[in-house]
Amino acid sequence: MADALQVELVAADRIVWSGEATQVNARTADGEIGILRGHTPVMSLLAPSVVEIVTDGSTVIAAVDSGFISVANDRVSLLSEHARLGSEVDLEAARAELEEARGEDGDEARIAGLEAQVKAGERAS
Amino acid sequence: MAVSLREYRARIKSTESMKKITRAMELIAASRIIKAQHRANAAAPYARELTRAVSAIATYSNVDHALTTEPTDPSRAAVLVVTSDRGLAGAYSSNVLREAEQLVEKLKGEGKTVDLYVSGRKGEAFYKFRGRPVVQAWTGHSDQPTYDVAKAIGEQLIEAFLNGEDEELGVHEVHLVFTQFKSMLVQEPHTVRLLPLEVVEGESKPESGEVLPLYEFEPSAEAVLDGLLPQYVESRVFYALLQAAASELAARQKAMKSATDNAEELIKKFTRIANQARQAGITQEISEIVGGVNALADAQAADD
Repeated sequence: MADALQVELVAADRIVWSGEATQVNARTADGEIGILRGHTPVMSLLAPSVVEIVTDGSTVIAAVDSGFISVANDRVSLLSEHARLGSEVDLEAARAELEEARGEDGDEARIAGLEAQVKAGERAS
Repeated sequence: MAVSLREYRARIKSTESMKKITRAMELIAASRIIKAQHRANAAAPYARELTRAVSAIATYSNVDHALTTEPTDPSRAAVLVVTSDRGLAGAYSSNVLREAEQLVEKLKGEGKTVDLYVSGRKGEAFYKFRGRPVVQAWTGHSDQPTYDVAKAIGEQLIEAFLNGEDEELGVHEVHLVFTQFKSMLVQEPHTVRLLPLEVVEGESKPESGEVLPLYEFEPSAEAVLDGLLPQYVESRVFYALLQAAASELAARQKAMKSATDNAEELIKKFTRIANQARQAGITQEISEIVGGVNALADAQAADD
């Protein structure tokens, strides 16, 4: 597929997903962003959210917390400290952790990150 | 003679079990190094992308950021020393501590007061024993650091740096002392200045021929830089911790290998001495018997 986006989803300690895709949907600090081929070079901050990577046959769902996205020359890099694929999320554990974080009213970034994980987990299952 | 023979046997036995222990530690260290190297490799893409992004911003926008500004009159510095949690790794911790001491001396020579931050129990013990105050110590992760630890350390250091004017905790620059993993045989203590950031210098620079694309920054270059730089600092700390972990394991493997070799040699030596002692005992017994027989025979001959 010569006309595809090269996508890399990178966490701090590993590459979570990499490959070719036709479309990437993410949420940045400014709002939703959808990236197709030929997108202008962009660098933006990611909000804790669910990222969709649309490949030929399927859609990869992943949860990200704070990080950033950079697009250039049909290469998309998504960097996030705790990026995780939806299929890797342990839904029960994530839900329990979310409840706990809400209960003790922990910091908002943590809650948002956990919410993203739960959502990604729900959508992947 | 018989007593010493028993003693030698006991010594051989204890040396043998020591050898088994050091051999096991050597093998464990060897297998963990491979894992540590995998982790270091796995963390490389993140660091590379971050470096690319930061240099792209630095190239295409003239943004000044608090983390990159040189303070005009630096008078306080922080030093983070990365040591190990456990000993039995040869001179690993003392090497890195010696490097840290040199840096501290140098900074003091420049008229700066030094705040110490330590990672690893060995470093903590070193400064505690000498009664030198440590601002904060992180322990319990030295041979397999996680990003969360690096993040905690990074956040603390950034906070100290951003509160530069605060008399209590603020610092004007942050240095990092850790051991760089060159190869299985060579690990060198290494000092870098972490803050204020020198962005151009990176662990993996983009190739010089590569032209960085003209990025649009959303919401703005300042905001992106604000989000990126702390992550960049944390990733540098993470890099240092990973290097230190690999170095620690390599140093431990080397130390344990020579301990095993030494134990082998001791066993050889003790076995020789024990055999000698045993032989001497036998010879003495024979000569006693022969002497006794001769004496009996002489007495009989005298009777006849």
